[in-house]
Amino acid sequence: MHPARSIIIFTTLSGLGFGMLVFLGLGMPRVTGGTAFAFFAIAYLLAVGGLLASTLHLGHPERALKAFSQWRSSWLSREGCLAVATLLVMALYGAALVFAGTRIAPLGWLGAALSLGTVYATSMIYAQLKTVPRWNHWTTPALFIGYALTGGSLLCGQISLAVPFLVVLGAAQLAVWQMGDKRFAHSGTTMATATQLGGIGAVRAFEPPHTGTNYLMTEMIHIVARRHVGPLRIIAFALMTILPWLLLFVLPFHHLLAALAVLSHLAGVLVSRWLFFAEAEHVVGLYYGKR
Amino acid sequence: MTTLPNQTEKKLGLVIDLDICVGCHACVTACKGWNTENYGAPLADKDAYGAEPVGSFLNRIHSFEVQPETGPAQLIHFPKSCLHCEDAPCVTVCPTGASYKRTEDGIVLVNETDCIGCGLCAWACPYGAREMDPVEKVMKKCTLCVDRIYNDNLPEEDRQPACVRTCPSNARHFGDLGDPGSDVSKLVAARGGVDLMPEQGTKPVNQYLPPRPKDEEIDVLAPFLAPVTEDPKGFLGWLGKTLERLG
Ligand code: SF4
Ligand code: SF4
Repeated sequence: MHPARSIIIFTTLSGLGFGMLVFLGLGMPRVTGGTAFAFFAIAYLLAVGGLLASTLHLGHPERALKAFSQWRSSWLSREGCLAVATLLVMALYGAALVFAGTRIAPLGWLGAALSLGTVYATSMIYAQLKTVPRWNHWTTPALFIGYALTGGSLLCGQISLAVPFLVVLGAAQLAVWQMGDKRFAHSGTTMATATQLGGIGAVRAFEPPHTGTNYLMTEMIHIVARRHVGPLRIIAFALMTILPWLLLFVLPFHHLLAALAVLSHLAGVLVSRWLFFAEAEHVVGLYYGKR
Repeated sequence: MTTLPNQTEKKLGLVIDLDICVGCHACVTACKGWNTENYGAPLADKDAYGAEPVGSFLNRIHSFEVQPETGPAQLIHFPKSCLHCEDAPCVTVCPTGASYKRTEDGIVLVNETDCIGCGLCAWACPYGAREMDPVEKVMKKCTLCVDRIYNDNLPEEDRQPACVRTCPSNARHFGDLGDPGSDVSKLVAARGGVDLMPEQGTKPVNQYLPPRPKDEEIDVLAPFLAPVTEDPKGFLGWLGKTLERLG
């Protein structure tokens, strides 16, 4: 799939923002007044900034309000509704913390649950697609939630949680890469099922429908992007898990190191999100003899 | 509403005969023409006369080579457009309700004034049947020529999809695949029509008729034209022998 910049930035930043809101909702850290304001401002910048970035890839962003209407069937619509609900609930909860210095705990729990729900809905937009076997698996939502919780705990300074999260996330990401590599073959969709000509013999794409490219090919068939997958996986893994872990756990604690750990993690997540799209193969490629 | 109807009154769709299609692309041109001048936003092209032309099409013809275990390879032209699936994943993913499946005839359409151009429906379609218009930035797809098939202003013989009406080899048929007594249903039964990518669970309405088995002996005149002798005579024979001796 085409690794569109707006979608990579959107899923990464909003994932982090909603991850932060989970912890803020749970009262980790217990902040009030100006400190609370700073934490909430960062979380909202990330979450809202991500959501705004996502509208950049729309053909008609001016009609975006219509996307809240189909929550009964569409994960994309559910994501929008949950995101707005989360931001509203957490705004109330945050306002009470900042201006009144009181923590309305149940409201925070509700906000935390809604934040997790939003991340889950985002991941289901991809996981629901049978056409992209690499994504069509429960590990996609698991990984998205793992990313949100790890990034959220880092940004909220929950070091004792962040360290185990980093370890689990790293292991999960490795496993997902490993399993994902085989999933297209396991999906059972081949050129033979796509054309139903397999009964006659071996099928080969002889001539495409046109000499140039088309929307389907630029959007869904991205072979060039996949050439450097090996080194990029190593870079993503090192930046998002190993380096933050070294900075936080092995070296003596320092705020500057903690900030570096967060930045390194963010860079790693961006690379891994790029891979998430670039490595995903859509079954329509079979009609073009490419994947 | 982007939930799917439990059942549709009719299942209008196409039957495409892979045995007959000659790959002339006439249906592609007819489709592009009709859908540029009628229903919805025109099917646009960009850089049409430049170095990198792209455009939206609702119907495209692929060509596949199939190599049987014995005998020569076969070339099969393969028209592909929206299959108006019963379990259309493109409809349920749509966040705005722009994509919908009609209860009366099962046609899958896009309401272009509701479409935000997110492209998710094109991702959800396994067949590559939806393309974003490069100019209008709304999703385009086959409408089964909904503005022809019910159009009383057209002569009766024109009340079928432009591609079907145009095909010079009669490789395309249009009708109600939900009615077992219809001509198209009988054709599908007689020729063993198949679903594309059945494992994707989309339950496509459009059916593909597989190519008929080829005759073993292709050329009926061949037996009468068997060479009388392999060795050339006369001048050529002398030349061949002389060259052999020299070589
Ligand atoms: S062929 Fe594709 S666009 Fe058409 S109904 Fe099926 S899934 Fe939707
Ligand atoms: S591109 Fe348009 S029709 Fe397709 S899912 Fe998005 S809003 Fe719906």
